[in-house]
Amino acid sequence: MNTKDALIKYCTRLADNNLILGQRLAEWCSRGPILEEDLAMTNISLDLFGEAESIYEYISTLTDNHLSADDIAFLRSEREYSNTLLVELPNGDFAYTMAKQFLYASFAKLLYTSLLNSNDETLKGLSEKALKEVKYHIRHSSEWLIRFGNGTSESKTRVQNALNDIWKYTDDMFEMDEVDNELISTGIAFDLKDIYTQWNFSVSEILKEAKLTKPSNGLSIKGGYKGIHTEHLGHILTEMQYLQRAHPGAKW
Amino acid sequence: MNEEQKLNQFQARIDADEKIEPRDWMPDGYRKTLIRQMSQHAHSEVIGMQPEGNWVLRAPSLRAKKILLAKIQDEGGHGLYLYSATETLGIDRTEMIEQLQQGNAKYSSVFNYPTLNWADIGAIGWLVDGAAIVNQTMLAKCSYGPYSRAMLRICKEEGFHQRQGYEIMGKMMTGTQAQREMAQDAMNRWWWPALMMFGPHDSESAHSQESMKWKIKVESNDKLRQRFVNRTVEQAHHIGLTVPDPLLSYNKETLNWSFGPINWDEFWSIVKGNGPCNEQRMSHHIKYHNEGAWVREAALAFEENLTKKQTVSI
Amino acid sequence: MEKDNQFPQWEVFIQIKNGTPHEHAGSVHASDKKMALQNARDIYTRRNEGRSLWVVKTDDIAATSAEEEAEFFDPAEDKIYRTPNFYKMPKGSTNI
Repeated sequence: MNTKDALIKYCTRLADNNLILGQRLAEWCSRGPILEEDLAMTNISLDLFGEAESIYEYISTLTDNHLSADDIAFLRSEREYSNTLLVELPNGDFAYTMAKQFLYASFAKLLYTSLLNSNDETLKGLSEKALKEVKYHIRHSSEWLIRFGNGTSESKTRVQNALNDIWKYTDDMFEMDEVDNELISTGIAFDLKDIYTQWNFSVSEILKEAKLTKPSNGLSIKGGYKGIHTEHLGHILTEMQYLQRAHPGAKW
Repeated sequence: MNEEQKLNQFQARIDADEKIEPRDWMPDGYRKTLIRQMSQHAHSEVIGMQPEGNWVLRAPSLRAKKILLAKIQDEGGHGLYLYSATETLGIDRTEMIEQLQQGNAKYSSVFNYPTLNWADIGAIGWLVDGAAIVNQTMLAKCSYGPYSRAMLRICKEEGFHQRQGYEIMGKMMTGTQAQREMAQDAMNRWWWPALMMFGPHDSESAHSQESMKWKIKVESNDKLRQRFVNRTVEQAHHIGLTVPDPLLSYNKETLNWSFGPINWDEFWSIVKGNGPCNEQRMSHHIKYHNEGAWVREAALAFEENLTKKQTVSI
Repeated sequence: MEKDNQFPQWEVFIQIKNGTPHEHAGSVHASDKKMALQNARDIYTRRNEGRSLWVVKTDDIAATSAEEEAEFFDPAEDKIYRTPNFYKMPKGSTNI
């Protein structure tokens, strides 16, 4: 695989992660547990859409097929999306959503931090901006985990169940293939094994503070980066792509 | 000072365009009217998140998605400013939400119509927010300090709401045949509800006179409605939309657009709860409020546990 | 079920620019300090309006009442000797 193709694939994974998680969070709109929280989740969703858009725009400049950021975001089929599985999982209750947010944001923070050393100037620049946002996302979600773990027995049960359920999708974030190998060899991206070690440590610290048990590594479901998704993604896309598909070529 | 002297002094302050602040003496009627009107206003912002939220997952571009989400978020924020301003009158948000859910407090009837195509998002921004801005600009001059300040902030933030709505309509009107049809369809369905937002004619309005005396309102329903029509008709024509009113005509003497009769039966029927989405809006609100109860309990329990621990360690 | 709660109310103060005072922006509801700061951030600084935030529980603020206005503030009315213009400077003096 040449470097440019690898870079396009790598960026698509990153952009899709942001887009799909942003879309999931937007589902909370007018459904938050308290008005203040509705606004907080919207802010995070807006950050994620903004990050997605910047990365799709970059991808658009890397390809020769004249596709715009919107074309890339809206007009692919399920198998062409390469987000990690965790971000497409349904929201569940508020504890489930916060657990997803926390586990993903902890990964994203380390990933963007590593990319500050990337040889690719655009990727480096995007990461600098995203890093500030994602640090806040960790703050927001980790504090909810700590509240739930030290709150009522109901909240503790809910958040522990959420973690137990989501855990099997976390390995997928750290999967590597020829895309990563190519970019590691050219100094554009970095080894996700190192990021996994740090992720494991920082997640454990918060779970300790939240008095929650880190689920044991058992079943592991993977395939997002290769376009092998859960059945949930298709439904997200059906809704998201509706107008683009129903009115091909229309400008909005 | 006896009640009458207090009342006279209060009215003198209003007449001198002074702002009334939360800890100042005020007649019961003033307080009650404000609580009713301000909480209704707050509920409207919050319920208004639903019809627009109906399209947030289907927004047709990344840009449109961000704009719509930010706009809906603003509505939530404005609800929050207004709840806070109302709380200065001695009622708390828990009670206001209870009143809403039990049907004892109302919200703007315009949100009881469904959003059926993407142009509805344009129409809501342009027409519904457009009407709201006319009303809110007036309310920014009202006599109650916290309400007036909340309105100033809201008007400043809503500057983009109407423009983004008009932009959607304008773009669709230069688009495909199907897009133009959607835009006109949305115009047809939202025009009259937007005019109804200003409330009954001055002659029929139950609370108007007292509200004017106390400067809770400083302009009448009909005057505000006319201002909105004058602005909006020209905007509609500019992008090629037809106003769904066969009696619409320009009056060269008054320089006003005169318009046909408003269907007040429809208005009152929706106010009474019989609109197409009244039940849906309320059951949505109640469902997610109830589903969030364990979150609120947990957060409070966490804070209590923390405080207990700190007390013990001292 | 117990009566619902919407969390205690907090007052939010924002410093918009370095060197300027923190000014009252509005209120938020939150169950603890950290949440109050975050909610204040998410609600009052969405348009890039802030660089520093304070929050304080509304119940912890002591305030004067309207009835106290006269006795609190009127006595300052006739102390004009606290202002520089009260004083006549010798003719021709500068930098004072």
